[in-house]
Amino acid sequence: MLEIKNLHVAVEGKPILKGLDLTVNAGEIHAIMGPNGSGKSTLSHVIAGRHGYEITDGEILYDGKDLTVLEPEERAAEGIFLAFQYPVEIPGVPNTTFLKEAVNAQRRQRGESEHDAMQFVRLLREKIKELGISEDMLKRSVNAGFSGGEKKRNEILQMSVLEPRLAVLDETDSGLDIDALKIVADGVNRLRSPDRAMMVITHYQRLLDYIVPDVVHVLAHGRIQKTGGKELALELEKNGYAEFTGEAA
Amino acid sequence: MDAENTLPFSDGAPTFRDASLAQLQTRAMTRYRSAGLPDHKVEAWKYTRLPSFSDKPYRQTEETDAVGTASFSPLISDDGVAGRLVFVNGRLVTELSVTSGLPEGVRLAPLTEFDADWLAQHLNADVTGTPDGLLSLNLARCTGGFALVVERGVTLTAPIEVINIAASGDGALVWFPRNLIVLEDNTEATLIVQQTGGDAGSTFVNAVNETTLGDNARLHVYTADDSGVGATIVNRSFARLGRNAGLSTFGLYHGGGLARYEQTVLLEGEGAEARIDGGYLLRGSAHCDNTTRIEHRVPHTTCNEVFKGVVDDTARAVFQGKIVVARDAQHADGQMLNKTLLLSDKAEIDTKPELEIYADDVKCAHGATSGQIDETALFYLRSRGIPERAARNLLVRSFLGDVTERIANAAVRDAMIDRIERWLPDTIAETAEQAA
Amino acid sequence: MTAEAETIEQVQQVAEGKYKYGFVSDIESDTAPKGLNEDIIRFISAKKNEPAWLLEWRLKAYAYWQTMPEPTWQKPQFPAIDYQDAYYYSAPKSMKDKPKSLDEVDPELLATYEKLGIPLKEQEMLAGVAVDAVFDSVSVATTFKAKLEEAGVIFCPISEAVERCPELVQKYLGSVVPYSDNKHACLNSAAFTDGSFVYVPKGVRCPMELSTYFRINQANTGQFERTLIIADEGSYVSYLEGCTAPQRDEHQLHAAVVELIAHDDAEIKYSTVQNWYPGDEEGRGGIYNFVTKRGACRGHRSKISWTQVETGSAITWKYPSCILLGDDSVGEFYSIAITNNHQQADTGTKMIHIGKNTRSRIISKGISAGKSDQTYRGLVRMAGKADGARNYTQCDSLLIGDKCGAHTVPYIESKHPGAIVEHEATTSTISEDQLFYLRQRGIDAEAAVALVVNGFCRDVLQQLPMEFAVEAQKLVGISLEGSVG
Repeated sequence: MLEIKNLHVAVEGKPILKGLDLTVNAGEIHAIMGPNGSGKSTLSHVIAGRHGYEITDGEILYDGKDLTVLEPEERAAEGIFLAFQYPVEIPGVPNTTFLKEAVNAQRRQRGESEHDAMQFVRLLREKIKELGISEDMLKRSVNAGFSGGEKKRNEILQMSVLEPRLAVLDETDSGLDIDALKIVADGVNRLRSPDRAMMVITHYQRLLDYIVPDVVHVLAHGRIQKTGGKELALELEKNGYAEFTGEAA
Repeated sequence: MDAENTLPFSDGAPTFRDASLAQLQTRAMTRYRSAGLPDHKVEAWKYTRLPSFSDKPYRQTEETDAVGTASFSPLISDDGVAGRLVFVNGRLVTELSVTSGLPEGVRLAPLTEFDADWLAQHLNADVTGTPDGLLSLNLARCTGGFALVVERGVTLTAPIEVINIAASGDGALVWFPRNLIVLEDNTEATLIVQQTGGDAGSTFVNAVNETTLGDNARLHVYTADDSGVGATIVNRSFARLGRNAGLSTFGLYHGGGLARYEQTVLLEGEGAEARIDGGYLLRGSAHCDNTTRIEHRVPHTTCNEVFKGVVDDTARAVFQGKIVVARDAQHADGQMLNKTLLLSDKAEIDTKPELEIYADDVKCAHGATSGQIDETALFYLRSRGIPERAARNLLVRSFLGDVTERIANAAVRDAMIDRIERWLPDTIAETAEQAA
Repeated sequence: MTAEAETIEQVQQVAEGKYKYGFVSDIESDTAPKGLNEDIIRFISAKKNEPAWLLEWRLKAYAYWQTMPEPTWQKPQFPAIDYQDAYYYSAPKSMKDKPKSLDEVDPELLATYEKLGIPLKEQEMLAGVAVDAVFDSVSVATTFKAKLEEAGVIFCPISEAVERCPELVQKYLGSVVPYSDNKHACLNSAAFTDGSFVYVPKGVRCPMELSTYFRINQANTGQFERTLIIADEGSYVSYLEGCTAPQRDEHQLHAAVVELIAHDDAEIKYSTVQNWYPGDEEGRGGIYNFVTKRGACRGHRSKISWTQVETGSAITWKYPSCILLGDDSVGEFYSIAITNNHQQADTGTKMIHIGKNTRSRIISKGISAGKSDQTYRGLVRMAGKADGARNYTQCDSLLIGDKCGAHTVPYIESKHPGAIVEHEATTSTISEDQLFYLRQRGIDAEAAVALVVNGFCRDVLQQLPMEFAVEAQKLVGISLEGSVG
C-alpha cells in the first residue's frame, strides 16, 4: 500500500530524513519507534503533505502511485489520515460541523454522494457510542479548550468517522493517562481490518501493549536502523535507544 | 497660532555658538512658528492640554539659574552609581556632578562639550517626519542637556544618574534640554533619571531625548518624577534599536503637576526588543500622560508594555499607546496593557491603546481596564481586622506590584517601591485614630 | 450546520464571481436635476408633501452643512466628493401615483426585488418578516402592513409617517442625531428622501421581524435614507436592513441616518447585512457608505442592540452607537466587518454611559484580506454619574495575506470609579497549523479559510435573527473569495 524508497527530506535546508526505506502492506500495523529528534514527526508530516518539507531524494508511492504530487486534501480523500501529535484548535467551529465538512469534502472528491444531515448525525452517534465519548464533545469547538486527553480522543473519533485506508498516528499516546490510552487503543483496534494499514509512531513501548504491531521499526538519524517483530519493542523498553543514538553507522 | 507675536517662546536667538548648529536652530524656529504648540484639535493631544503660557512671562533660564544649593536625594546610594549629573533649571551644577569615575570608553558630559559636527550628526530633530512644534521648539531654543556615549564593546555595570531640579522661586521659567544617548554595538548601560522640584512658581520643561542603540546594545532607563504643582513637563524620547538591541524603561510619576512622557521606539533591527513600562500615582490636580509609539519595522521584533496607576481626587491620567507593525515586519510580537484604579468620584482616566498592523503573521494584543478597588477584597481584609486605609494601601500596593516586579535592577526596584510606599496615605495616623 | 456547507459551496461555485447583485434594472425614473441647492431641497420636500416645519429643518441643515468641513480623522482617505455631480432625487416613474397595494406596483420593480432574493408578494415571503423596499429615493412597497396595524405597530416609509403621524416624527426626528452632528448626517438631514419609520406602542411585542431593503439603482445617485424607530414603554422590536447596488465604475454616495429611541423597559434589536457594491478588484467604483447610526436608551431598563455584518462598500464609515441614559439600560454592538481587494472600512461604536448601572458589550470581529484596510474605532465613555456601569469590549482582527492592514483605535474615558471598563483586543492571522489540519481532513484551502473565518465570527453570527444568519454566513465566504493565494 505504502512504499517509501530512499527518502531524503530537509527542513529549512537541514537534512532530517536521510535515506529512509519502509513498506507497509494492507492489513498491517507498523510501529515506528525512535528517540526524540530522530525524524518521526517529519515522516508523518511528509506522508500527509505538509508544506515546508523538501524531498531532496527518493520517492513515496501509495498504491504504486507518486503520493508527493498530491495536495494534503487530495491525500486525505485517497484515504490517508494523520492523527496529530498536537491537534490544532479551531475556535468557533463546532466539532460536528467540522466532521461533516470533512466527510463530505472527501466524499465529493471521490465522486460519492454527500451525507445528508440525518444520515450524518446517525453515523456520528454510532461512533461516539462505540468509543465511549460524550456527546458534549461534538458541540464544542474543534479542540478549543480540550484537555490533552480529549484532544487525542477527538483525533480517534475523527479517524473512525473518516475511515481512512492508511492511518498514521503521531505520538498519539504521549501525555495520556492509562484510561485515555485504553480508549485510544480501543478505537484503533476497532479499525483494524485486512484492507487498512496503520503506522503507529511512538516513543514508548506502553501503547504497544494495547495495540499489538505486526512489525516494529527503529528510526534514528533519519533512517530505519532496525526492523523486527513486536518483541523488538520490549527489547527497546529494556535497553533504551542507546544502541541507536551514537553516531550513525 | 495665527499671529507670530502671540506664539509663546517664538522669539530669541540661537543658543549654539557654532554657525551650522545655529542655522539648524534658525530653521527649527521657522518650523515651530508654522506648527505652533499642539492643542486639543491635534489627535495626539486630545486628552492633555498645555497651559496657555501667555498669562505670565516665561523666562528662558541662563547659566546663573544653576543655583547650587538645591537639595535632592539620590534614588540609589552614592557608591552604586558610576557617574552623576545634576541640573538645576536645566543648567549643569558642576560641583554636584561626578563624572570622574567613569570607565574607559564611556563619555558623559553636558551637550556643549561635544563638538559641533558630532552634534549636527546626532540632532535628528525630525525623527517623526511630521511637523511637530514642540520638537522644533526644543531644538530652536536648546538649553544644554547631556550626552552619553558608550563605545563598542563596553559594559557599564553601575548606573548613571541624572538629576533634574526645578527651582524657579516665584517666577516663571522655561528650559529646553536635549539629551543624546548613543550606545554602540555590544554595549550595556543603565540610566536613572530623576525629575524633582517645581513646587513654587511655574516651570515648563520641554525635553527631548534621542537614543541610538547599536547591534546588541542594551539600555535600561528608570525615571522617577515627583515634580510639584507648578511644573509642566513634556518629556519626549525617541529611540532607534539595531539588531538584537534591547531597551527597557520604567517611569514612575508621583508628582502634582502636569506631565507628559512620550516615548517613540523604532525597532529597526531583527531581534530588537523593547519593554516599556510605567506607573502613575496621582492626587490633587495632577495630570499625567503616558504616550507611547512602538514601531516594528523589520521582522522578528518584540515589544511589551505595561502601564498601571492609581488616580485620586480630581487628578487625571492619560495613556495612549500605539503599536505599529510595518508591512514586512512579520513575526512581530506586540503586547500592551494599561490598568487604572480610580480612587475618587472626580478622578479620570482616558486610555487609547491602539494597534496599527500591516503584516499578517503577527501576534499582537492589548488590554485596558479601569475600575475601583475591589470592594469584596477590601471587605475581606477589613473583616480580618485590617483598618480600611491600610487595607486600601495593601490592595493598591499589590495592584502596582505587577509592574514594579518587572524592574530588572533590584536597587532601583526597591527605590521605586519605597516611593510608592511614601505616596500611599499614612496608616499610622489611622491606627492611632482608631485606637483613640 | 448546513450553513457552513453552503458557504463552502458558494465559495467554490462563484467562479468569476464576484458580486451577484451588480445588475441594473431598466426602470424609467423621475429624477431631479443634478446637484444640490435650496431648490432641490424644496423640490424633494414638495414631492413628499412635507409640512413647513420639516422643510425649514431641511433648509437649516443645508445652510449649516455648507459651513461644515469634511471629517478627516478617519483612516480611509479619498478624493474630495463633488456633491454637485450627483442626483439627490430619483424615483421610478411608476411610483408617481402612489400604488395603493402591491398589485399596483410596477412588475419590473417587483422583479428586481425578486432577483435580489426579496420577494415582496406576501404569500412568497419569509414567514414572519415584514419588508419595506426602498428603491433609490422612494419606498416602493411595504408588506404585512395590515397585520402590523392590528398589533398597533406603525411600519411605513418615513415620508408616509410625516403625513400619518406628524407629531411623532416631529418629536423624535433629529432628537438622537441632530443635523449638526457631522457633515454626512447634516447632508442627510437636508436631503433625505425616504427610509423606514417604526413605532411600537406601549407594551407591544412586535409580532414579526421588520426589515427594510435598500437598493440604489440609478447611476450617479446618492441615497440618503433616514430611519426612525421608536419603541415605547415595555415594547420590543427586531429590525433588519439589507442593502445592495449595481456594479458601476464611479463611486456612489450613501449617507444614511438611523435614530433609535427606547423608552422604559423597551428593547430594539437592529441588525444590518450591508452588501453595497464594494468596487472591483482594482478598486474602481463602489459605494461610499457614510452612515450615522445612534440609539438612545432613554428609559430605565431599556436595551438597544446593534448587530452588523459589513461586507460591501468601497469605503465604510459608520459607528452605530448607544447613549445609555436610563438607569440599568443596556447597549450592545456585535460586528463582523470583512474587507477584501481595495475596500476600506473604518467602523466601530460608541457607548456613552450616563445612567447608573448601565451596561454595554462590544464584540467586534474584523477580517482584512487582499489589499484592504480596516480600522476598528470605538469609544467607551463613563460619565461622572455612571455608578455601577460596566463595559466589556472584545475586539479581534484577522489578517489574510500580507498586503492588508488591520487597526484598532479604542478610546476609553472613565470619570467614575464605580464604573468598570474592560477592553481586550487581538490581531492575528489564520495559522498554517490550522490550515494544514483542516486540509489533512480533506477540506480544501479556500473552504478551510471560510470555516476558520466563520468560527472566528461565530459569537456575532449567533446574534443575528435566524432568517438572516444563514445568508450572513454565506456572505462571509463569498466576500473572501480569492483571498487565499
